[in-house]
Amino acid sequence: MNAPGRRHRRGALPIGVAGLAGIGVALVAVPLVAVVWRVPWSRLAAVLGDEVVVDALRLSLATSAGAAVISLVIGVPLALVVARTEIPGRSLIRAIVTLPVILPPVVGGAALLYAFGRRGIVGGPLYEATGILLPFSGWGVVLANTFIAMPFMVLTVESALRGLDPRPEAAARTLGASRWTVIRRVTLPLLRPALVAGFVLSWARALGEFGATVTFAGNLQGSTQTMPLAVFVALESDRDAALAISLLLVVLSLAILVGLRDRWLRSW
Amino acid sequence: MRQVVAMSLVVAATASGCASAGELPDADGSVLVLAAASLTDVFGSLADVFEATHAGTEIRLNFAASSSLREQILGGLPGDVFASADETNVDEVVAAGDASGEPKAFARNGLAIAVPAGNPAAVNGIADLARSELLVGLCAETVPCGELARRAISVAGIEASVDTHEPDVRALLTKVEAGELDAAIVYATDVAAAAGRVDSVEIELAVDVTTTYAIVTLAAGANPDGAELFVQFVLSAEGRRILGDHGFVAP
Repeated sequence: MNAPGRRHRRGALPIGVAGLAGIGVALVAVPLVAVVWRVPWSRLAAVLGDEVVVDALRLSLATSAGAAVISLVIGVPLALVVARTEIPGRSLIRAIVTLPVILPPVVGGAALLYAFGRRGIVGGPLYEATGILLPFSGWGVVLANTFIAMPFMVLTVESALRGLDPRPEAAARTLGASRWTVIRRVTLPLLRPALVAGFVLSWARALGEFGATVTFAGNLQGSTQTMPLAVFVALESDRDAALAISLLLVVLSLAILVGLRDRWLRSW
Repeated sequence: MRQVVAMSLVVAATASGCASAGELPDADGSVLVLAAASLTDVFGSLADVFEATHAGTEIRLNFAASSSLREQILGGLPGDVFASADETNVDEVVAAGDASGEPKAFARNGLAIAVPAGNPAAVNGIADLARSELLVGLCAETVPCGELARRAISVAGIEASVDTHEPDVRALLTKVEAGELDAAIVYATDVAAAAGRVDSVEIELAVDVTTTYAIVTLAAGANPDGAELFVQFVLSAEGRRILGDHGFVAP
């Protein structure tokens, strides 16, 4: 997440550093290899073609992408406010919107239920007035995903804003550009690597969301059962299916992280 | 709120595999009991009484869906005792060679429909679960209460309009308490435990749909003597009385 173009060659690292780094890689890579190792390759096509898996995949892709888009639309203005303004309580706002990163997702899900559930402080009046019910619906999944994923967008963009060279924006203002034009024509283009990074991170995080989703949106095939929920249920009944879905999640997440990142960012 | 968060933490512990089981502050004096979510209240009481009469022994309780616990045991969780809401999950642990004793049936439990206090959706019986305008929850079919609920629905011959399949019975009950679900099939003991916060609607069926709870000591446990003592206590007259107080029927 550093500013681009700052890689310097500093010579070889001590052997101990490489050793510890190797342990770090193994810690994450070995469990992933174990999943690949245990995947029932001969049954893979059949398992992945199962209606439960197809439904979960479709729902996961739609809801996580939706959450990433909402995170972009709301999270970027939020990052600008937090990084650029001097409004009172700014650090408190920053802490609150960052909280979902470290909060246990199930606590987030319970909190969402008390806010946007049928008896929630916002969800109650909403239901009375419009009949709209967020829990146990696909929009509930999007809401839970956004709650968990948006902070990644805010943090990424905010940190990029702080490292931004102020001169191009100042020059644009001097040349008579309006505030809105500066943001649109100068700030956002300069932020593009961070916008992509934030989008990718929040999308990948939403794709893996479990706790807030199951607590707030429930678990029903085709409407709220995302891939992580399908894995959780399958773990206790059909381990081959659980492994196959896990493999799919790993491959998808890697594709998002590696593919998008390498395509749009030369250095990140 | 406290209820939901506490329940949510149980779900979280289940989901994260409960990694803390390995570190025992006093290995000789503690017994790790892995118990079905529906046993949350009664095993709390059993543990309190047991600890009061066995000085120096600490009962550590880990509640989750029986099927989740079975997976954790098969995965090597070093528990001392496994108490399941059915016999199937215990049998699987025995078949895998992870039990050290013979499984024993210790209680029976039936089903009831839990509705939010006051029964706002006017649910009168199991047939109402087919009303599509209601928000209806069941346990996931992989956990005992979900399996049993599906049996009841099939005996009743209805097509239930289900909106969520929750990972364990207490997570389900919590959503009824919060008023987010109109009706849910849970254990009869669960509605008794939540009396005042939820109302109970009886399930009347031609056939009795009940589950038998089984308990067994585990081979991987660090405290086989303590495990044996606790199982004996659950099966004792005193244990039966406490189980009865919480609405469980003798097997």
